Amino acid sequence: MRTHIYSLCLFSAFLAMTISACNKSVTNVNSNLGPLNPANEDLNAGTWKLILLSRPDTFAVAAPAATNTPAYAADLNTIKGYQHNLTSDQRAQIKYWSAGSVLRWNETMRGLVAKYNLPPYQLSNGTYPIPSSTNPFAYPLFPFANPPYSARAYAYVSAAQYDALVACWHYKTLYNRPAPYTVDSTVQALAAKSSLPSYPSEGAVLAGVTAEMMQLLFPDEIASIRDKLEQAEFSLIASGAAAPSDVTAGEALGRQVADAFIARGRSDKAGSAVGNATIWASFVTTAQANGQTPWVSLETPARPPMLPLFGQVKGFLLDSADVVALRPGPPPSTNSDSMKQQVQQAMNTVKNATRDQLSLVQFWADGAGTWTPAGHWNYIAAQDFITQNWSEVRWARNMALLNMAEMDAAIECWYIKYYYFNPRPTQMDPIIRTLTGIPNFPSYVSGHSMFSAAAATILGHIMPSRAQAYQAMAQDAANSRIYAGIHFNVDCEVGMTVGQNVGNYAVQRAMSDGAE
Amino acid sequence: MKKRTFLITFRMLAVVALILTSRQLQAQTDDDALMMAKNNLCVGGTYSHSSWNYYWEGTYHRNNQNLGTVTTKMVSLMGIYGINRHLAVVAGAPYIWTDASSGVLHGMHGVQDLSGWLKWQPIEQRIGANSKFSLFALVGGSVPLTNYLADYLPLSIGLHSRTASGRVIADYQLGHFFMTGVGTYTWRSNITIDEQSYYTTSFYETNQVQMPNTTSWLFRTGYRTNRWIVEGLLSDMITLGGFDIRKNDMPFPSNRMNALMAGAHVKYEFHSKPLKGLSLTADGNYTITGRNVGQATTIDAGIFYIFDFAHKAKTGETPTLKTR
Repeated sequence: MRTHIYSLCLFSAFLAMTISACNKSVTNVNSNLGPLNPANEDLNAGTWKLILLSRPDTFAVAAPAATNTPAYAADLNTIKGYQHNLTSDQRAQIKYWSAGSVLRWNETMRGLVAKYNLPPYQLSNGTYPIPSSTNPFAYPLFPFANPPYSARAYAYVSAAQYDALVACWHYKTLYNRPAPYTVDSTVQALAAKSSLPSYPSEGAVLAGVTAEMMQLLFPDEIASIRDKLEQAEFSLIASGAAAPSDVTAGEALGRQVADAFIARGRSDKAGSAVGNATIWASFVTTAQANGQTPWVSLETPARPPMLPLFGQVKGFLLDSADVVALRPGPPPSTNSDSMKQQVQQAMNTVKNATRDQLSLVQFWADGAGTWTPAGHWNYIAAQDFITQNWSEVRWARNMALLNMAEMDAAIECWYIKYYYFNPRPTQMDPIIRTLTGIPNFPSYVSGHSMFSAAAATILGHIMPSRAQAYQAMAQDAANSRIYAGIHFNVDCEVGMTVGQNVGNYAVQRAMSDGAE
Repeated sequence: MKKRTFLITFRMLAVVALILTSRQLQAQTDDDALMMAKNNLCVGGTYSHSSWNYYWEGTYHRNNQNLGTVTTKMVSLMGIYGINRHLAVVAGAPYIWTDASSGVLHGMHGVQDLSGWLKWQPIEQRIGANSKFSLFALVGGSVPLTNYLADYLPLSIGLHSRTASGRVIADYQLGHFFMTGVGTYTWRSNITIDEQSYYTTSFYETNQVQMPNTTSWLFRTGYRTNRWIVEGLLSDMITLGGFDIRKNDMPFPSNRMNALMAGAHVKYEFHSKPLKGLSLTADGNYTITGRNVGQATTIDAGIFYIFDFAHKAKTGETPTLKTR
């Protein structure tokens, strides 16, 4: 019996030691932000340089009802009605959107990209189905949000948001109608209070322009995007920041601006970037004619190369002559000693990868099922922008500069990759195993290096105090691809340089758009 | 804009190698109905080899030519010490190697998790002349011993979660035949990954991953003497939550990993000099059905030796049948 008592005591002590707290729920890092409270309302933003629209008043916005009219009184009553009976869910929505609409819509984009960034599964005959925008709900779902597709998607949404907000600011200062909480002191300000005119509502402009763009880029999400828009607009009104008429006018303006960008998108050549079997074969014969080993897919069954004609897509910052002019010289010939050295270096690096290097490989992998490199930099930027208390229009401007640089980096990079059609280290020597999945497109130059250098360049201009940190991160991202065994040194060195050159186009625009 | 895309696989598709954590200490240790004699220390090691070329992507049973056959090799060291006749501690840790026969992905290797159990036998009751009922209660836990990658499935060597488990074992013996039932609940800590975001059934921007808890059931029956144990096993691991791998996606540590496995276990214990105290084990295991796991076939072999620090040789007496 004594044995049992002794055993029981020891057993209980051990049990108590091993059982710990059980709350395991995980929250997003930006789930608990305070309201955006801009230090500067950027009241002159209606004069900033537009990206696509020719004038800020290209789309007319009718003059609003005066604040002493019965129509506006009805608006105020709607707000008071909402505020009278807010549920905890509704308060949470107000808090969520009050952190900033550009921030939240960019977050939403990153989530959509991650959700749709999956390569289709092969058919039983060993070929791969191609997602179709005309049948988006059938497998494979449309789109496959791979890095070039996503870079372009982020850029279109951000560029449209920026132009829409410049137009919005134009009308805000033109009509100068104050916010509901300023007109009527019984309306509570449940987000931050500001002196910015509220007609048309910037939050509603963003909801309208973004929803319109998103349902084109991610057609399967039409229902979830509509829900998101309705929550955003409810929050704007219920927070006391916007009257229903501010929101109606804003959403309509946003949708019209989006339509202009959609028209551009339909003719920017992205729709034909996938190519066809004849085009795919022509890359092989061209490389062979130049005495080079052509790239081959390292997947089984072999997958056609990713978006080989993406280099022809019409950029926002680069025109087609710039794309050609920025092309670097060729990589070492595939049968040169110099290439043998690159292969040997790649092999040694993978073999001797340290845990810190593995961490960098994972941190920067941004492969299938993730937000892609452009999304990663979008997140890095957002985390720093949050600390700056910018107006929504400045947020949109800076995100557009970044995202346009990323799209044009993708265009330039894809142009170079298919111009040289150069093999990956593992193709040159199958002994080289990789520490992340191997991308299904040519090696030279490294996409991660280009995306990262372009991003670091424009972000360093926007936030000079962080410029060095961004450069160091870009170098890490580039190196991570060497550690992973999926790139040669030369791919990353040259990629960094070309990426910086693309980033400088964004810097040039930033210095001349009237916002600095 | 009409946009058709072609596809890459950035990261080749795959799935969890096998249920490393639930079976890693299997020889005669934390999930059987054996107890050590007081002040006896049993130490030993096992080598196991597990491989699969089919796996379940959610509930879809498939292979993957970009992985070929995924093999996990494991050497485990373990020790069991009898504090008294009814209380023992068990501890062990494996070194693991992973490899995929096709595709480009690099395998991993390293020391995985330290596991420990406290095993208590509160009930040991003779029923009639020839049969006996025993009940065991166990608490245990595991901690990663190294900073290995978790989000590199199916080639990561483990999930890098800390765990705490409670287990009950009921055993009935009639002559040389026995039946054992084992039930386990395992609490798993969240893990930190190197990435800043991931997608499960929704999008997360954090490096924290919520790990669902697990339960498992094990039924074993067979023939048991003081020299031989020959038994069949049926085990079921169930993850309480988690999500399915999406079509053609990579596996993720918080997937819903379930596995129903059948196997056999043989043990022989030497009772005469010069090999007295030595036992040899052999196991085979096959995954009948699963979810988000590889359809693994596992074989392992083990060798154990009992040191008697009590200096009271109990010749011919197996720990199993000791009674008060």
